[in-house]
Amino acid sequence: MSAGTYTPRPGAAPLPRMIAAQAALETRMLLRNGEQLLLTVIIPALLLVLFSAVDVVDTGAGEPVDFLTPGILALAVMSTAFTGQAIATGFERRYGVLKRLGASPLPRWALMAAKTLAVLVTEVFQVVLLTVIAFALGWSPQGGPLPVLLLLVLGTAAFSGLGLLMAGTLKAEATLAAANLVFLLLLVGGGVVVPLDKFPEAAQSVLGLLPIAALSDGLRDVLQHGAATPWGDLGILAVWAVLGLGAAAKFFRWE
Amino acid sequence: MSSEPVVQARGLVKRYGDKTAVDGLDLEVRAGAVTAVLGPNGAGKTTTVETCEGYRRPDAGTVRVLGLDPVADAAALRPRIGVMLQSGGVYSGARAVEMLTHMAKLHAHPLDVGALVDRLGLGGCGRTTYRRLSGGQQQRLALAMAVVGRPELVFLDEPTAGLDPQARRSTWELIRELRADGVSVVLTTHFMDEAEELADDVAVIDAGRVIAQGSPEQLCRGGAENTLRFTGRPGLDLASLLKALPDGTQAAEITTGAYRITGTVDPELLATVTSWCAQNGVMPDGIAVERHTLEDVFLELTGKELRA
Repeated sequence: MSAGTYTPRPGAAPLPRMIAAQAALETRMLLRNGEQLLLTVIIPALLLVLFSAVDVVDTGAGEPVDFLTPGILALAVMSTAFTGQAIATGFERRYGVLKRLGASPLPRWALMAAKTLAVLVTEVFQVVLLTVIAFALGWSPQGGPLPVLLLLVLGTAAFSGLGLLMAGTLKAEATLAAANLVFLLLLVGGGVVVPLDKFPEAAQSVLGLLPIAALSDGLRDVLQHGAATPWGDLGILAVWAVLGLGAAAKFFRWE
Repeated sequence: MSSEPVVQARGLVKRYGDKTAVDGLDLEVRAGAVTAVLGPNGAGKTTTVETCEGYRRPDAGTVRVLGLDPVADAAALRPRIGVMLQSGGVYSGARAVEMLTHMAKLHAHPLDVGALVDRLGLGGCGRTTYRRLSGGQQQRLALAMAVVGRPELVFLDEPTAGLDPQARRSTWELIRELRADGVSVVLTTHFMDEAEELADDVAVIDAGRVIAQGSPEQLCRGGAENTLRFTGRPGLDLASLLKALPDGTQAAEITTGAYRITGTVDPELLATVTSWCAQNGVMPDGIAVERHTLEDVFLELTGKELRA
C-alpha cells in the first residue's frame, strides 16, 4: 500500500446502510450456527411431522395437524427470538463482540434494531418452511392473516425482551443452560404440543399466563377455530413485552 | 496539523469496587505521534485506554479525546477513532474477511479491504472462521478492524502480544505507516523494545499513575549513566586509567579480567579508553557500550522488573 493510504478520512456510514449490514451479518451468523439451526428449524419441523403422523398425545377433536401447527409456529418464534437470541447474544457479550461494536460508528440502539431484523428474517424462513410442511400434512387454517401477524410480532417482542434480559445479565454458559432448559419446559408446559387442558386446573391458570401459552393459544384460536382477534392473549404478550424489554433495557450489561 | 493534544487526561481516577485501577493519572498525547503507554500488567494501562475509548466513566478527573468527552460525545467520537481491544471482539462464527468487510461497511470512506488483507498477511485465512484462526491471525484481524475506517486516532491495546517476531515486525511497520500518513497512535505495551522502536513519546505508568513521560531518548538520558565493558589481562592499573577519564567516571574489574566503566559514555571516552589500552599493551576484547534502556529506567523508577 502506498503513502497516503491511511490518511485519515473518518466518518460513519449512513444509518440505514449500517443497520442493513449489521442485520445481514447477524442473520448469516444465525443461519451458519449448527446448534441454532437444530433449535430453530429441525426440532419444530420434526415435532410437527412426528406428532401429526403418530398419535402420541390426544390433541382433541379435529385433525392433529390443525391443533399442532399453531403451537409449532409459536415454538418457532420462541426458539429464534428467545432461545437462539439469548445464547448468541450471551456469547457475543462474553467474546467482546458487543464491546467492540460499541466502539464502532453503529449506535447501540441500531445494533439492537439489526438484531431484531435478523430475528424477523429468520422467523420468515421458519414460518414459510413450517407452513409448507403443514400444508403437506393436510393443514386447513382458518381466520385472517392480520391477527396472526400481530400475535407473531408481539410474541417476538416478548421473547426478545426475555432473551436479551438473560443474555445481558447472566454468564454465557448460564444463559446457554438456562435458555435450553426454559425452551424444553415451555415446549412441554406451554400448550405447544400438549393441550393445556391436560394439566390440573390450578396449573392451567398459571401456565396460561406464560408467553408461549398465550402465543400458541392465540394462534390456535385464530388458525384452528377462526376467531377474530384474541385480545386476551395479545394483552398477555404485550405485558410480557413491556416487562421484558423494559428490564433488558435497564439491566443489560454490554461487557 | 493542529497542535492541540489528541488525548488529554487530567487527574483521572477509576476504581473497581475498592480497588483503584487508575489513581490521578495525567496524560497528553500529541497529534500525529506514536505514544506508548508502558507499564507492567495491572498498572492501569487498559483501564486508561478504555476510559479514552468511552467504555469507562471516570470516577474523578477529566478526559478529552479529539476535544470531545468520550462518554457524553460518544456518537461524534466513535467514527473518528479506531479501537483494537486486547482480545476478542469478533463473532466466533464470522470469517476473517467477512468481519473486516463488515467493519468497513460501518464507515463512510473505508480502506480497500482486499489491500488491507494482503498487507496484513490475512489472505490465506480469509475464509477461516474467527475461532479457528491462530492467536497471531486474530491479533492482526483486530488491528485491521481498528484501521479500516480511516480514523484520525487509533488505540491499540497490546497490539503485538502473542505475535511471532516476524508478525511483530510487520505490525510495527504498519504502525509506522499510519504515523507517516498522519494518524495519531496510542498503544499499550509491556515490551520495552517496542516502546523504544516505535514511540515518539512514552508514558511510563505504574500503580495507576504516570511516573515518567518523554521521548525514549529523554527518558533514557535523564540522570542515567551508560556502561562500557571489555575484557583484557587481569589486574590492570585502573587508577591510571581513571586519571585519563573525566571526573565521576568509575571503573572496576568485576570478575577476573572483565572490566566495567560507568559514566558518560561518549566517543571521547571510548577513544581515551582504547588509547590507554594501546599505551599499556592491552587488547580490549569484546568492547561494548551498553546503552541505558527503558528497562533500566523502569527499574530505577519503580524498583521492580517490568515483566515480573
